[in-house]
Amino acid sequence: MIDPRISIIDERLKEIDRIIAVSSGKGGVGKSLIASTLALSLAKKGYSVGLFDLDFTSPSTHAILGIRDERPKEEKGIVPPRVHGLKYMSITYYSHDLATPLRGADVSNALVELLSTTRWGKLSYLVLDMPPGIGDATLDAVRFIKNIEFLIVTTPSRLAFETVKKLVTLLRALRVPVLGVVENMKMNDSKTIQQETQKLGLKFLEEIPYDSMVEAAIGDPDKLLQTTLADKVKRLCSKILETQASTRLAGEQGRKRKV
Amino acid sequence: MHEWALAEAVITAASEIAEREGLKQVTRVTIRVGELQQVESAILEFALSQLKTARFKRAKFEVETEKARLRCRVCGHTWVFSKRNLDQATLEAIHFVPEIAHAYVKCPNCASPDFEIEQGRGLWLQTVRGVK
Repeated sequence: MIDPRISIIDERLKEIDRIIAVSSGKGGVGKSLIASTLALSLAKKGYSVGLFDLDFTSPSTHAILGIRDERPKEEKGIVPPRVHGLKYMSITYYSHDLATPLRGADVSNALVELLSTTRWGKLSYLVLDMPPGIGDATLDAVRFIKNIEFLIVTTPSRLAFETVKKLVTLLRALRVPVLGVVENMKMNDSKTIQQETQKLGLKFLEEIPYDSMVEAAIGDPDKLLQTTLADKVKRLCSKILETQASTRLAGEQGRKRKV
Repeated sequence: MHEWALAEAVITAASEIAEREGLKQVTRVTIRVGELQQVESAILEFALSQLKTARFKRAKFEVETEKARLRCRVCGHTWVFSKRNLDQATLEAIHFVPEIAHAYVKCPNCASPDFEIEQGRGLWLQTVRGVK
């Protein structure tokens, strides 16, 4: 018996130019805020952008974007609604505020279901807000999304960076392109993370200072785009746009998905 | 018409198998659908009939539904999924993402949401038969 849903995933994603997974080794580093701000900033630059919250057990981008009554349309599958200029998809359309405890196999099944039935249409960018670490969602995202690229977020903590090393080791073993590392919530001018990133042979893309204004901007994307975090993410956007050609080439040569 | 998206997946996967096995004409495709998915067999079959390519001209699609059986990981109680006591919005949410059942369904014995879907979940392509 085979799961036919897997065979249609490529078709569902074929009109998307780039798929960027915002990931981290551990939780609490600001992935969801950076993923949301990145998606909003790319949309402001005029690109067609989607945002997909893949953190099924602890989703938070719906709170960042201030999602209220928006719902996907059912049209030969699921069509994500447009929210603040983004095509936005989240499991919270279905789970609302309820706790949804999922084990690994459930996470994989939910991911396959949503990847095989969501109709994104044409997009320049699809930003994925990943759960932390190298568990089922990360492994499956890499397995099912052929042209995925990773953007890694860390804090200045050496503990956070320890887990980044494991994530990078995994992504390299799976031959997945890594755009680089973003250091978030910086409180001083230490260069430790920058140096450690370079030691790993990765690009240090941006440092974002701890921004006390961000908390008050949660639920209000216009306000979020006025924060220092957003200013830095806009610079990050430009760097991501520059990296396009080289990483995509590496990804296409390096990986072929086998079902 | 969530069924339409699933029907497209069935045709794509069955075409891949037919290609691999050198089947010029597919005559019979059997599909198993988990009850939790709450797929309308008639809609799925209609979508399959609309989507079939030349290779499937003579194909008969058989859709079989598998009962959903759940097992609590805390107390070990086993029970059968029932639509009773679930409102329309909840059933629809489970239809779109069956794992969402973990947000709404609890073990009838100990009220734990930590249960295993032993059977009756997902969409499976069982057999693809045809002539070479």
